[in-house]
Amino acid sequence: MNLTLKIWRQKDAKAKGGFETYKVENISPDTSFLEMLDILNNNLIHEGKDPVVFDHDCREGICGMCSLHINGHAHGPDEDITTCQLHMRKFKDGDTITIEPWRSNAFPVIKDLAVDRGAFDKILQAGGFISINTGGVQDANAIPIPKKDADESMDAAACNGCGACVATCKNGSAMLFVAARVSSLAKLPQGRVEGARRAKSMVAKMDELGFGNCTNTGACEAECPKGISIAHIARLNREFLSAKLKD
Amino acid sequence: MTKIDSRIPAGPLAEKWSKHKADIKVVSPANKRKLDIIVIGTGLGGASAAASLGELGYNVKIFCISDSPRRAHSIAAQGGINAAKNYQNDNDSVYRLFYDTIKGGDYRAREANVYRLAEVANDIIDQCVGQGVPFAREYGGLLDNRSFGGAQVSRTFYARGQTGQQLLLGAYASLNRQIAKGTVKSYNRHEMLDLVMIDGKARGIVARNLITGEIERFGAHAVVIASGGYGNVFFLSTNAMNSNGSAAWQCYKKGAFFANPCFTQIHPTCIPVHGTQQSKLTLMSESLRNDGRIWVPKKKEDVEAIRAKRKKPSEIAEEDRDYYLERRYPAFGNLVPRDVASRAAKERCDAGFGVNDTGLAVFLDFKTAIDRLGEDVIRQRYGNLFQMYEKITDVNPYHEPMQIYPAVHYTMGGIWVDYNLMTTIPGLYAIGEANFSDHGANRLGASALMQGLADGYFVLPYTIGDYLSHEIQSPKVDTNAPEFAEAEKGVKEKIAKLFSIKGKQSVDDIHKKLGHIMWENVGMARSQESLEKAITEIKALREEFWRDVKVAGTNGEFNQELEKALRLADFLELGELMARDALNRRESCGGHFRVEFQTPEGEALRDDEHYAYVSIWEYEGPDKEPVMHKEELKFEVVHLAQRNYKD
Repeated sequence: MNLTLKIWRQKDAKAKGGFETYKVENISPDTSFLEMLDILNNNLIHEGKDPVVFDHDCREGICGMCSLHINGHAHGPDEDITTCQLHMRKFKDGDTITIEPWRSNAFPVIKDLAVDRGAFDKILQAGGFISINTGGVQDANAIPIPKKDADESMDAAACNGCGACVATCKNGSAMLFVAARVSSLAKLPQGRVEGARRAKSMVAKMDELGFGNCTNTGACEAECPKGISIAHIARLNREFLSAKLKD
Repeated sequence: MTKIDSRIPAGPLAEKWSKHKADIKVVSPANKRKLDIIVIGTGLGGASAAASLGELGYNVKIFCISDSPRRAHSIAAQGGINAAKNYQNDNDSVYRLFYDTIKGGDYRAREANVYRLAEVANDIIDQCVGQGVPFAREYGGLLDNRSFGGAQVSRTFYARGQTGQQLLLGAYASLNRQIAKGTVKSYNRHEMLDLVMIDGKARGIVARNLITGEIERFGAHAVVIASGGYGNVFFLSTNAMNSNGSAAWQCYKKGAFFANPCFTQIHPTCIPVHGTQQSKLTLMSESLRNDGRIWVPKKKEDVEAIRAKRKKPSEIAEEDRDYYLERRYPAFGNLVPRDVASRAAKERCDAGFGVNDTGLAVFLDFKTAIDRLGEDVIRQRYGNLFQMYEKITDVNPYHEPMQIYPAVHYTMGGIWVDYNLMTTIPGLYAIGEANFSDHGANRLGASALMQGLADGYFVLPYTIGDYLSHEIQSPKVDTNAPEFAEAEKGVKEKIAKLFSIKGKQSVDDIHKKLGHIMWENVGMARSQESLEKAITEIKALREEFWRDVKVAGTNGEFNQELEKALRLADFLELGELMARDALNRRESCGGHFRVEFQTPEGEALRDDEHYAYVSIWEYEGPDKEPVMHKEELKFEVVHLAQRNYKD
């Protein structure tokens, strides 16, 4: 396959960015999207140019490190996958592909296609945990949990913190990300004790960090590589409201 | 010759850890506040250690190369974590888990460490459930288990095919709680480039801020290396792209001994290589071998027909299939340990029965299980793995069998540590995959997660206190000390040198060459000839690297090419040590298979008389051959025997 790539280049957080156009040739349809960018970068290096910076690590869809808006879609045209799982067979020979970083005020660009998602860490530090120390816990089977609840908790826990939900949302809201964590813990008896405090402090931190409001468009769910349902946002809202009522 | 002291406590095996805990010193809360600890890496080992140490009241600084601690490669572990809970009433016990691990490691691990690992494994499951890890459950609300290779009991706890992710998110949550409390400070996108020693003790690190390129100094009373394994020396592996051996390698070059570097795990079930543009290999979890059956056609003409796509694998009649693991190892069948399964796949492919166009693939087939249990049950158990497979290969594994082939996955070797997990450098610790201690020559499935968390939650927080109890009078480490300045200067010179070469080959060009040398000569089958060849070729390639590499960009920016170049420079040294170690070990054991040493049936032929030791390498300087020391392995409880998975 021969392709034309329009890629966002930006020297650093302060610089003004812009699109550059590149060509890549003889790409196998079995190549992954990021391998195609590897090939581009290797060509650029041999031409004495600066390679394109993009975040990636596990390349099997689990670590949440890769990002990229591809032709206007977070993680590209395929469904339920991260960019690293996207393969070139989803494109046609001769295509022009536009590649941008996540677009959100809360995720400033570091360079080219890499952004700073540190705000997600900060939200989780505000309460995305169960407050137990190492040791001194009871036997694992002393806490029976209905299979359905454990499964729903796991559905929410599949969130890999990639930020596609924020990048896709027209308001730049982090509600799906926050909801995934709150909901995962809310389904478990271990997490109940501090449920109210958790919901309030994580939402407050999210607002403080400049994420937008949720207007229930559902765009986040559509682009989430892990298929996290917006039903979790409803659960977060319930948690948050009942916590506020108790105040 | 330096004496190797593993500091294994005296007394009966089952009582060693309890007795040791009672014997070692502790640090008072008031003194803990005055002590600084650096942790390198935020995977299961690093995150659990840093969180636990923070809870205890130490001042912890933790470093990761990614944008968040949650990205560490532990997250990619799929299948599960072992523990001897015996929830299934299948006669499991701490002893059985210990025994299986020692045997699985082909009798090249330290008994006392492995017993302790098995002993604390149960606490890990309790801890993780307490943190809210959503393990799979039965309808009665209790925890579910499955089986993994090398075991005849069901002791593996799991969270779908994302166990590593869930355990890491648990440890990361505990870490976040400590970060919020201020006991732990997290330095993301920072890479350790050197260890700083003062008066013979580990006293800090020099790290590069990966965004700005600044070289920064950090002091501490102890340094913990939890930076994972070095499988990426092979270029293609199941490791994440950024996983590297550099932190461990800097410690080696500062005097920490490196143990069993040649013990590499080649995982049997990975998606086969598709072409020369490939950047990494994807694992298909060992848990799939619970329900998947591995086979190749019995007849060459069927092999040809499948390769030419004239026949679908599902069209091959049952009697024309060779379920070679079930045939060769009736007692364990498809659940033999990884090294055995990998070699058996290689044997069939070398004999011409490989089922894809490269001839390097076998089938992993779920038809029997789907017929027995239905597609829905299989989807529940392995849905995300099947999806992952289909996205990569464009083949639906519910209808046609998966194609798999072995790939580099894990390194059992690592920094040598004593029973306290301390290296040969006082105050320097190594935990998780970064150390060598628990898996011998082959790691069993679902044991890496167990070891990372055992070290981080339940071993290091105790043992490090014994060392730090002698440090309570030591003031804060002064990062203006000349040792820091010297380390920083060395790092800066190395970086400047890399940029000055301005050669013709990219970092990846050279890394691929190294990977090829390693896979061909230090891979699944090794011989004296191949290993000698590898040593010569790696030396030449290292020279080529320092003469002809082209590193784009500058230091003062986010520069991924520079990161890769620094890591490759270390791999080019580490690869040679791996070959040297493999050359020395004139026996076959676990993942180390020397073609000269095999039984008539093609099984690994150990030589306990001459090689029942840990080979420990000491760095002697840039152009000098390293010196090998031995830690003799004494088996007081387990009887040494050839591994038997047949009956």
